[in-house]
Amino acid sequence: MREEGLYSDKVMDHFENPRNVGKIEDADGVGTVGNPVCGDVMKLYLKIEDDTIIDAKFKTFGCGAAIATSSMITELIKGKKIEEIKEITNKTVTEALGGLPKNKLHCSVLAEEAVEAALKDYYEKRG
Amino acid sequence: MKIVYLDNNATTPLHPEVLEEMLPFLKEDFGNPSSLHQFGRKVKVKIDEAREKVAGIIGADPSEIVFTGGGSEADNLAIKGVAFASKEKGRHIITSQIEHHAVLNTCKYLERNGYRITYIPVDKYGMVKPEDVAEAISDDTILITIHHSNNEIGTIQPIKEISKIAEERGIIFHTDAVQSLGKLPLNVDDMGVTLLSVSAHKLNGPKGVGACYIRKGIRRLHPLINGGNQEMKRRAGTENVAGIIGFSKACEIASACMEEERERLISLRDKLQNGLTEKISHVRLNGHPTERLPTTLNMSFEYVEGETLMINLDLEGIAVSTGSACSSGSLEPSHVLVAMGIPYEVIHGSLRFSLGRENTEEDIERVLEVLPPIVEKVRKMSPLWEE
Repeated sequence: MREEGLYSDKVMDHFENPRNVGKIEDADGVGTVGNPVCGDVMKLYLKIEDDTIIDAKFKTFGCGAAIATSSMITELIKGKKIEEIKEITNKTVTEALGGLPKNKLHCSVLAEEAVEAALKDYYEKRG
Repeated sequence: MKIVYLDNNATTPLHPEVLEEMLPFLKEDFGNPSSLHQFGRKVKVKIDEAREKVAGIIGADPSEIVFTGGGSEADNLAIKGVAFASKEKGRHIITSQIEHHAVLNTCKYLERNGYRITYIPVDKYGMVKPEDVAEAISDDTILITIHHSNNEIGTIQPIKEISKIAEERGIIFHTDAVQSLGKLPLNVDDMGVTLLSVSAHKLNGPKGVGACYIRKGIRRLHPLINGGNQEMKRRAGTENVAGIIGFSKACEIASACMEEERERLISLRDKLQNGLTEKISHVRLNGHPTERLPTTLNMSFEYVEGETLMINLDLEGIAVSTGSACSSGSLEPSHVLVAMGIPYEVIHGSLRFSLGRENTEEDIERVLEVLPPIVEKVRKMSPLWEE
């Protein structure tokens, strides 16, 4: 049992053991969002085949919540169709993490925006 | 897992001897010092002794010590006390941009209520230039309040020079010495201060008790709390007896071993600073290289975020704090580091290690063993590190 957690157990799990950290060299879509001046930057790499996310990896500079939301969103989108992941919002990510402290909710927006940016890059590359 | 507590600028553990000294006043010696019967008289004598001890550690007269409910209250008493009493004379106050919030937000409160505040900038080490204070003085300046040392970076201000300027212009000078008490020799006459704030829980005393030194002859000071005649009518309310007794014991212990303790802490602090600088690339010191509290080391680890480092250290049983926006609750990064002109992305990677009497060489070695791999791991995760 964690004492008066800053974060939920789920957030701490993703913080301590982030899933899908790294980069994909031949990514089909890459999205970078945030700003180091504001304290968080997320870079998301997607590998896409047949409109399906077959792999997702991330690198994030940010607080515990930023890292956990980055990790969680890669888990949520992997194996899903593009149409399906468009439904995934920051709220989905926050709920999957068992909630975030109020002042950290903006971190989950970063994750949602990273998916949008990576998909935009994918469409642009595909032409 | 051994717990390493390196957040002593936030608060310190109660010294066991302080606790012993306090206990009778939470049990059998429960009297009200204002009562004339034996229960009251017994406690009154102890409060008088405590006042002498606390006065002694800063070279003051006991009649110049007003016990308060902590450092923040002492700051409020000094600043609002002067401001309210001198409002016919003037409404201008000079402070610095890097004060503790107890001073800064008190000034901001006054600013919303018809006072004019000048916030003096600092140099890259967090040092106030006395000439900037001199320049800011105008005919209606009633108070200069500049802290003795900074809680986040440990930089020690040129208090004597500033107080000289204040004295020449006949302006009341207050200093918040909460972080310095018990760590640096403080003498109110040497420093030339009119008002000074201190707190017990930063030097292994109890929380909820502090003191405001008010130089003899200062009449222009309104009390914050009106009521009974306690504390020379400057702070009403039945005394926090156990707290005051504990505070005085903490002062006694700290002053008895200040010199050795200072040397010991400087050596531990520098071992940590040198070790981290050696073992981790792209680190920088925030604060003055030499004019700094023995207890305080603030460093930035570039390309990583401070809260992430802090939580990783917490998981290893090491307690530190960070100036990163993400941990502040307000999403604003440390106002101190911002005022020093440190780039925001570097501020986000700052950690403060603050040492105290319980820290050992072993604690420092543990941080030096644990932190470098954490920074490496977090950097590997950072998109800024690869670019």
